[in-house]
Amino acid sequence: MLRIENLTAEVEGKPILKGVTLEIPDGEIHAVMGPNGAGKSTLSYALAGREGYEITGGSVLLNGQDLLEMEPEERAASGLFLAFQYPVELPGVGNANFLRTALNAIRRTRGEAEVDAMQFLKLARTRMKELSMPEDMLKRGVNVGFSGGEKKRNEILQMALLQPKIAILDETDSGLDIDALKIVADGVNAMRGPDFSALVITHYQRLLNHIVPDRVHVLADGRIVASGGPELAHRLEAEGYAGVLDEAA
Amino acid sequence: MNIDAPSGNAAAFLQRYAGLADRLPGARVEAVRALRDAAAETLMAGGLPSRRVEAWRYTDLSPMLRAEFREALTAVDGAVALPPARAERRAVFVDGRFRADLSSLDGLDAEALADVVGDVAPRLNTVAAAAQPMVMLNTLLFEDGLVLDVPAGVDAGRLELLSVVSGETASTIHPRHLIRLARGARLVLLETAMSASGARHLHNPVFEIEVAEDAKITHVRVQREAESAYHLAHLGVRVQTGGTYDGFVLNAGGRISRSETHLALLGPRAAAHLNGAQLVADGQLADTTTALDHAAPNCASRQTVKTVLAGRSRGVFQGKILVRREAQKTDGYQMNQALLLSEEAEIDSKPQLEIYADDVKCSHGATAGALDPDSLFYLRARGIPADTARSILVRAFLQEAVEIVEDEVARDALEDAVTGWWNQHGEAA
Repeated sequence: MLRIENLTAEVEGKPILKGVTLEIPDGEIHAVMGPNGAGKSTLSYALAGREGYEITGGSVLLNGQDLLEMEPEERAASGLFLAFQYPVELPGVGNANFLRTALNAIRRTRGEAEVDAMQFLKLARTRMKELSMPEDMLKRGVNVGFSGGEKKRNEILQMALLQPKIAILDETDSGLDIDALKIVADGVNAMRGPDFSALVITHYQRLLNHIVPDRVHVLADGRIVASGGPELAHRLEAEGYAGVLDEAA
Repeated sequence: MNIDAPSGNAAAFLQRYAGLADRLPGARVEAVRALRDAAAETLMAGGLPSRRVEAWRYTDLSPMLRAEFREALTAVDGAVALPPARAERRAVFVDGRFRADLSSLDGLDAEALADVVGDVAPRLNTVAAAAQPMVMLNTLLFEDGLVLDVPAGVDAGRLELLSVVSGETASTIHPRHLIRLARGARLVLLETAMSASGARHLHNPVFEIEVAEDAKITHVRVQREAESAYHLAHLGVRVQTGGTYDGFVLNAGGRISRSETHLALLGPRAAAHLNGAQLVADGQLADTTTALDHAAPNCASRQTVKTVLAGRSRGVFQGKILVRREAQKTDGYQMNQALLLSEEAEIDSKPQLEIYADDVKCSHGATAGALDPDSLFYLRARGIPADTARSILVRAFLQEAVEIVEDEVARDALEDAVTGWWNQHGEAA
């Protein structure tokens, strides 16, 4: 269970999150939708612990643990996963090595045995097949020369390997064609279960046709201004943010 | 000249020469004696370069000139711990002297310079220019070296050249290595310079390398001497038509280390790779200086040099490329990049392109910066601890240079040296 309470945060001295309260029970997928500049990406970076996103108030608990006290890597080890809107290219870092280092770092802190290169390769190949990823993506540098869709699939591959308790998908649909969108959605849906929850951050409703959320929240000007079931996303699509925001105000 | 009462900043070296002149190899070979005396005279008159000399502007030799050294002419034959062999053939020099008992040169046309100096005297200072300060110092005092000839069409495989400074006393060694590849010959020369103790020493090797038509040498140098050492190397290289010099220099040790390469591409389709990396920790200075002379048409040169600096350290890159008027269709590329892990680290970078031909393709670039915070966050967000994430990114930065080296064993040696350096200095970075 991820519990965000009255979270406020600023970037370069400018308040962006102005009191976000949100609860995502285990096993549920919630969507956060909102217009540009609402604070969607700030919310995801603040949760993941990126430098420069200063928390000025509120609390975030992941299964009772205080997330805000932790370093980014400790948050990851506790089961938080952020799928980046803009995955970083790391020339000179082999994708396979990167994935295995991350997997073993997390397994170590969970007290699980590390996987060796052979075990890892087997595991990665299975997951990659599910995501229709060519195997040579393991040999290349992390995200280097990947298309937009390949980068997003690489994010989902990381999620599938690291098996987080909660995933934050930050505009994972941006820059994806419909086939890639379906593959990414299938990857997320495959994770669904009592021990997995997700926060799907998106501007558009189309991703939510494929990943059907349990709850939809509308973020505007740093606050959650409306919440509802999946039908709320359809209303936003039909009426636009303006209509829903007017009603909330 | 009165070499019995030397003065100037090279006085200590001249004094040593005065004492050793009759015992150095070639003392009774007139041509060798003449070269040494000429070097002594020039050093007496002009000394070793100060920072007022443009080529030495960023690398101040005065700590080395102030340091006291003792002669290491007497060959030691005691046991010395050597690293595991990386190749079947190995030429081992301990304190500058060839050690036949530790070497294996089966099937190679190789000799110790001290044994054949009379025969090879005409080759001295023909590839390396006598006027170069580090060549001059070496000419004055060279005591031994490797003389290697690879005959036409022969692939000599891999040869390890190992230089170990063993002693607890501060010594200076000045090896002179003469390497010649005849037409179509091949050689992978994997060199390691290391110190068995932490004692201060000066290692001043000079290489004279001749690459004939269609021959190819891969020359990988791993310099990981003690932090108190001075390493001042000079490489002279001449490459003929269709030949290739494929070089990589790793500077990962020494208080002051400078690797200076002067290479000439003398016939069409000759190629040069002058790649390298420098790992510089607190209190150290590392300098990669190259002068590349495109003297013939249709030649290619490639240069990628990466410097990682930690603590209060300095890095220097000086890369000159001369494209002569006759060197049409030259294809040149130069890139030097520095990664500064500390705010007290400093890099001086001086690319210098001089182009007189009008139909050439020459590009160059230089960057300097800290670790990218976005990359660091990306790794940490995947559960990778901050220190491991930094290590991954530093290695990735170096990887782009190291992966250019095609020879697997040489690449392993470079990667091991990087690992060793990072284990020692990474935490402080």
